[in-house]
Amino acid sequence: MTGATNVTGLADVTAFANTLRAEWTKFRTVRGWVLATVAGAVLIVVFGLQPGMQGSCGKKGPGSECRPPVGPGGEEVTDSFTFFHQALTGDGSVTARVTGLTGQLSGGGPDRPRQGVVPWAKAGLLVKAGTGQGSTYAAVMLTGGHGARLQYDYTHDLAGAPGAVPRLVPGVVPGGGTRNEPRWLRLSRSGDTVTGAESADGVRWTTIGAARLAGLPATAQVGLFVTSPQYAEEVHDGLESGAMGGPSRATGTFDHLTTGDGWTGTAWQPDVIGVRGDGPATGAESLERTGDVVRLTGSGDIAPEVAGAGGLGVSISQTLVGTFAGLIVAAVVGCVFVTAEYRRGLVRTTFLASPGRARVLAAKAAVVGGTMFVTGLVAAAVVVVLGQRVLRSNGVYVHPAPTSTEIRVIVGTAAVLALGAVLALGLGALLRRGVTAVTAAVVLIVLPYLLAMTVLPADAARWLLRVSPAAAFAVQQAAPEYPQVESLYTPVDGYFPLAPWAGFAVLAGWAAVALTAAAVVLRRRDA
Amino acid sequence: MRTALRAEWTRALRAEWTRALRAEWTKLRTSPGLPALLAAVVVGTVALSAAVAAASDPSPGTDLPKLSLTGVQLGQAVVAILGVLMMGDEYASGMVAVTLTAVPRRGRVLAAKAAVVAAVVAAAAAVAVAGCVVVGWLLLPADAVAARPAVGSVLYLVLIGLLGLGIATGVRSSAAGVGVLLALLYVLPIIAAAVADPDWQRHLRQIGPASAGLAVQAQANAGDLAIGPWKGLGVLALWAVGALLAGAVLLERRDA
Repeated sequence: MTGATNVTGLADVTAFANTLRAEWTKFRTVRGWVLATVAGAVLIVVFGLQPGMQGSCGKKGPGSECRPPVGPGGEEVTDSFTFFHQALTGDGSVTARVTGLTGQLSGGGPDRPRQGVVPWAKAGLLVKAGTGQGSTYAAVMLTGGHGARLQYDYTHDLAGAPGAVPRLVPGVVPGGGTRNEPRWLRLSRSGDTVTGAESADGVRWTTIGAARLAGLPATAQVGLFVTSPQYAEEVHDGLESGAMGGPSRATGTFDHLTTGDGWTGTAWQPDVIGVRGDGPATGAESLERTGDVVRLTGSGDIAPEVAGAGGLGVSISQTLVGTFAGLIVAAVVGCVFVTAEYRRGLVRTTFLASPGRARVLAAKAAVVGGTMFVTGLVAAAVVVVLGQRVLRSNGVYVHPAPTSTEIRVIVGTAAVLALGAVLALGLGALLRRGVTAVTAAVVLIVLPYLLAMTVLPADAARWLLRVSPAAAFAVQQAAPEYPQVESLYTPVDGYFPLAPWAGFAVLAGWAAVALTAAAVVLRRRDA
Repeated sequence: MRTALRAEWTRALRAEWTRALRAEWTKLRTSPGLPALLAAVVVGTVALSAAVAAASDPSPGTDLPKLSLTGVQLGQAVVAILGVLMMGDEYASGMVAVTLTAVPRRGRVLAAKAAVVAAVVAAAAAVAVAGCVVVGWLLLPADAVAARPAVGSVLYLVLIGLLGLGIATGVRSSAAGVGVLLALLYVLPIIAAAVADPDWQRHLRQIGPASAGLAVQAQANAGDLAIGPWKGLGVLALWAVGALLAGAVLLERRDA
């Protein structure tokens, strides 16, 4: 019994191997298909290294290199703010009351700044290893639109109790947004642990959270800070869509600045940390002190650096824009691989030689998917590994990604091309007409991305990029999305709503459905 | 004597043209997929426009006529199939040998095909765009209806059909032809958006058939357009004429 099963199993394997070899022979002997596959790889590489990808980093002489500071975790950060500080040793605490947060945006031209506070404008208390950019820190702050927060070491963000401060809607808060309701903030250090707390009256305190800062020296810089990041707004206008934005600045008003629990000193001194030449409005930083009241104006951010319209440079996913062209080639080849058989009547011979029609389909999928995978792997590896260097020498700042991310992006791109070809193959077997199947495949995979990028409002775009096969481009996302950094996390900038492999699974599901439907229909239909 | 000859010649020429046109019209009219394709142009265009109009909550200043014509982005894919098939089917079935035997002037075959494609696409596009206008009028705030974007969109779709015909004549394969055309229509705008250099971005938008051609949908007062509305449609017309001419030259020179 077992022996018989084994024999049938062996026969199945042999039959599949034979079909596979037959299909591979068909594929490799059609010159047009082989040339098209190579052309697809070339397109991916060419578009990745196109001359339009030029930047200004390092092109304007010494000092113009784009070298953002690096945070304690090794990630690039932006670290510019106005600091009213002093060096304090050992454990202790610092307390202050924030009575107002106002701001200006550079929107209507340089002469006509608009009043408004960006949601992630920050005013609060900061303890930092030193005044150097990228050093370890913890800060408790009030924000323009996200209430009280405790942030530390650039990537960490903890929210205060909900409702403690009225949360304003995200987006630019119009009209200045002066707070009528003052908030008390406190930052306490104990060893390498820094605790942030807030209060409405300075008597009853609510702890927001605690941060462990391994690299915090015994003597740290402690004080008030204000900063306000670049703001960015989406502009939807069909193919002309994009982002507009610019520098903003914020003014925080403080009083009751006191130290305690071991910290003493009144030698507060103002400093502006990290003004970039091309960065936020220079000259906007200022300090006014009248008695107990301190007014600080600052511009910049203390946060991880993000790629795209709201940030600096590109991520490696943007070098892979040629994937779209490669995908169309994959769709054409995948679909013609089956429809050409119908056109020439070869399909009857194929089914005579190998009557298991599902097996033929599986062999075809394996051949075309495998070929596209290998082609895509080579092309993506060239763009990601070599392309990065070319772009950097062209003056484009490319965000470095960990090797594991690079590998995922390369393998994922190859797998997207393979599955795109398999989806087109399934559609080709279903529709039996090359032109309709190619169009259907392209409309399913590429058009959703184009619509999400251009006309659709953000919510609809995110929905479409979750359910359509275009979700698979998430596998190319190289830069993490930080909720605490104001930026445009759009597909064009390389940000997708689904996690990388989850997005890929959506395409895999579509391809599986198309292939299964094709297998069922092939069995029922005359060849 | 001479005038009589000339009149005779003109009459013969006209008869040949009529025959070529009628032959192409008969082939297209009797092709099995045509009703489905024409229906798909209308349904696809109107459905996408309706979906986008329903999903959008347009802020003041949004280009409403353009928004209501978003469906053209999908409709153009079906029009591309129509244009490509007009020539691709001839090669797929081997009919091209018969066609060229009946009408040995190959340029005339292509011209007749272009005329028939233009007429059929214009009819379908007019219905589709009218549907979009109704959708815009029903689902969007006032001022969503404008003449130039609507008329321009019909012309845009006609030119896409002609571009498809020209490309398919050049590559002699429907699947490859539609692949090339869809890459031009869908991938070029994505590349243009990804390009970092603003000058390159502008140039790509000025020469891309989709981004230049669809400029005809934009409102006139949008000052930062890469290209003017009619100029943009002119760029697309150049693409279509160029593809048709290239196709004609290849058709004349090559074995069928």
